[in-house]
Amino acid sequence: MQTVTGNRALMLEEPLLFEIGSTEQTGVDFPEFKANAGRLGDLERHRGIGLAGLSEPEAVRHYTRLSRQNYAIDLGLFPLGSCTMKHNPRLNEKVARLPGFADAHPLQPIDSVQGALELIDLVGNWLTTLTGMPAVAMSPKAGAHGELCGLLCIRAALEARGDAREVVLVPESAHGTNPATAAFAGYRVENIPANKAGRVDLEALKTRLGPDVAAVMITNPNTCGLFEPDMKAISDAVHAAGAFVYCDGANFNAIVGKVRPGDLGVDAMHINLHKTFSTPHGGGGPGAGPVVLSAALAPFAPLPFVEKQGDRFVLVEEETAEEHHAQSFGRMVAFHGQMGMFTRAASYMLSHGSDGLRQVAEDAVLNANYILRSLEDLLDAPFGPSGPCMHEALFSDRGFGEGLSTLDLAKALIDEGFHPMTMYFPLVVHGAMLVEPTETESRASLDQFIAAFRSIAERAKAGDERLKAAPVYAPRRRLDETLAARKPVLVYKDAEPAQAAE
Amino acid sequence: MRYLPLSEADRGEMLQAVGASAIDDLFCDVPADALLAGPIAELPAHASELAVERQLTALSRKNLAAGEVPFFLGCGAYKHHIPASVDHIIQRGEFLTAYTPYQPEIAQGTLQVLFEFQTQVARLLGCEVANASMYDGSTACWEAIVMARRITRRTKAILSSGLHPHYVSVANTMAKFTGDVLNTSLPELNAATDADKLIAAIDGETSAVVVQYPDILGRITDLTPIAEAAHANGALLIAVVTEPVALGLIRSPGEMGADIVVGEGQSIGVGLQFGGPYVGLFATREKYVRQMPGRLAGETVDAEGKRGFVLTLSTREQHIRREKATSNICTNSGLCALAFSVHMSLLGEKGLRQLAQLNHARACEVADRLAAIPGVRLVNDSFFNEFTIELPVEARPVVRHLADNGILGGVSLGRLYPGADALQNGLVIAVTETATDEDIDALEAGLKEVCK
Repeated sequence: MQTVTGNRALMLEEPLLFEIGSTEQTGVDFPEFKANAGRLGDLERHRGIGLAGLSEPEAVRHYTRLSRQNYAIDLGLFPLGSCTMKHNPRLNEKVARLPGFADAHPLQPIDSVQGALELIDLVGNWLTTLTGMPAVAMSPKAGAHGELCGLLCIRAALEARGDAREVVLVPESAHGTNPATAAFAGYRVENIPANKAGRVDLEALKTRLGPDVAAVMITNPNTCGLFEPDMKAISDAVHAAGAFVYCDGANFNAIVGKVRPGDLGVDAMHINLHKTFSTPHGGGGPGAGPVVLSAALAPFAPLPFVEKQGDRFVLVEEETAEEHHAQSFGRMVAFHGQMGMFTRAASYMLSHGSDGLRQVAEDAVLNANYILRSLEDLLDAPFGPSGPCMHEALFSDRGFGEGLSTLDLAKALIDEGFHPMTMYFPLVVHGAMLVEPTETESRASLDQFIAAFRSIAERAKAGDERLKAAPVYAPRRRLDETLAARKPVLVYKDAEPAQAAE
Repeated sequence: MRYLPLSEADRGEMLQAVGASAIDDLFCDVPADALLAGPIAELPAHASELAVERQLTALSRKNLAAGEVPFFLGCGAYKHHIPASVDHIIQRGEFLTAYTPYQPEIAQGTLQVLFEFQTQVARLLGCEVANASMYDGSTACWEAIVMARRITRRTKAILSSGLHPHYVSVANTMAKFTGDVLNTSLPELNAATDADKLIAAIDGETSAVVVQYPDILGRITDLTPIAEAAHANGALLIAVVTEPVALGLIRSPGEMGADIVVGEGQSIGVGLQFGGPYVGLFATREKYVRQMPGRLAGETVDAEGKRGFVLTLSTREQHIRREKATSNICTNSGLCALAFSVHMSLLGEKGLRQLAQLNHARACEVADRLAAIPGVRLVNDSFFNEFTIELPVEARPVVRHLADNGILGGVSLGRLYPGADALQNGLVIAVTETATDEDIDALEAGLKEVCK
């Protein structure tokens, strides 16, 4: 039944900001002041901008209504494999807003920001200790930025010894950012196949190693949700060939407190703070991607970084980078990294402690295996028979009815009130479904998810055509992504911007 | 452990259900000698919420917060008042704890916000299209240089001496690895910008000219002649805006012919946060959209014909193109973009203009007062809310001295250009709507004292 407004009780339609606001409306009051346009160098703006304004109540409603069209970890299970959506403790938000952290300028005199520098040092210390690595670069802004940081350290180290190597080897199962990062750092990328057990093919890797290989980028635990048991042998072979091991630490949450990557011969590894240390993902970021480094790479770490000198914390920048830092590859971001994320991560680290983080990994792995074993009788689990998974369980669409795909199953999960799992990734499995529950799910929530998944999977195997129509109950039915790409509409265009400023 | 829902009984039963006798059976792929036997001893054990809050509060008190003292720092990060509703909105769990909108049917909130953000950014910067945000201004600047290289198939970029030195550093770092050639120089303590020098340097090999507007010393210059000269030589003009509030009052770079406009959006809605997270703005011409890095939200319809939004043009991106992607970026600053967008919609055009006028008026007043101090020279002819003064003494110790006396009195050029002797007496002062009369009195008195 249609309603006049298009709303359905608590499910409210919300127009675009530009359709409800106007250039004359504002939700902010300013004190009286005397305008002065004397110093603008004849560049005063005469054309309108076209920015719609809202009064405060209208704005609060607009965004609150929009928020209700989002699924979020606060609403329920968010089992995106390799993306790791876990509960975000609100204490983290509270401490990140303490004025000393939230309201400090990046260029304040060093003595006025000792607490901020100490906090960066504290988080860095946890990261090096947990990974068994001697050094850490805190400034990368996100996981992929961290990958770039690690590769640039490797490249700088190779260049320092006069060794120009051109190739980076990336296993097939790697995150899509790995090859893109290697290319961005100026390397040629070559793929290394996965073996039948979903791991790096060690022999293929050894055969390819040679004097032209700068680094191997490995994800461990890998994107099939599996630990690479040959990691030490891989590292030894890579080092013997004069190359470095980059480990994509996106899945560190599965082994934190249980295994130190440094013990396995890793030279550089980024850590996505939102995955392992619960900084909120915010609908797409911000992230933070500190990189831990081996002794061989530490001298090449980017500026700036924090160092303790006596009882004072110092920010090593271009001017102070002497002797032992002279080989730094430079600066990769304007200021000091994602301070707001460090604060949240620190809160999470201190709350869990060394013992709690170990429990985090254990519960994450237990929950993932519980899902794997509860569904593998019904769904094809390509690597299930070879042993336990780590933080995520991988299934394929094998055995689905004619014309039904992973996509249909995912969209049907939406109607059951769950966010779907990661789809079609990793690429090594057909119609892949990667489910990561994380440690913050209760057994009851896992059981409910499993029951829903089972029921939909049974329908998919039976060829239930109605799945193709899902979702039925979401704020929108299936969206036409082809149309969006073929005729891109990226900004709102109908309203003509005002032509004259007031 | 308050964040972990499994009970010991759950764990026992679940282990049984998965056919394991102990948890370490599930870690059997880890080599035995690499599996740690117990918690790492060098780190402390778990702590209560009360204890953690106390510890971090104590740490935060070792910082001098901007809001507690007279405050005049800028140079790429600005202190503005943020309406309370902005933080309220971004703390809503449906925004705060959502992931990248991979399932558009249940992510319309985030997607519509990104579409609205893109529209606001494109209009503000004077461009046709914008993306859904970048890490920050400095990385957006480098990505713009790389994008210009892809478009022009040339590798030589000319960077204005007025470009933020950290942005120059980031570009220099990256160029070492990519083989791009960057033409850079140090600024001079002059009212004039280096526009003529930039124009003279453009040749048939130039991919892009990169200018900052207002620049690192706060100067504003007409970008039109630079754009014309660049275009005449087949090069692009990249403009960098680190203080977007300025665009409420002065002409946008896009309006003056810039092909790519990038910016730091921190000023609107996002706090100082000691340098991050911030929000990179990135806008360009419609014809270059497929060369643009980063995420894009686009409008479409659903199966019932209703308007909706999706992430689109992902064939440029790393997860499909892998090593051929336009960049390796796999995230945006979604939550900061939301904060920017909420603040911008509260301001609206009228409020942004008033905010900009207020900033400019305040800055003019302070510039006049400081320039009247014997020995102090105002460098700028033009500025928005930030200007440079030359002191009779080195500025770095002055800034430290002021800080010791509870005044955060600007950014010394010595901090930004440690090796440049000619710049050591330069002090960049930013004045926003947050500066009170008492703050300004304190700064004036403090500078008078050191200039005696």
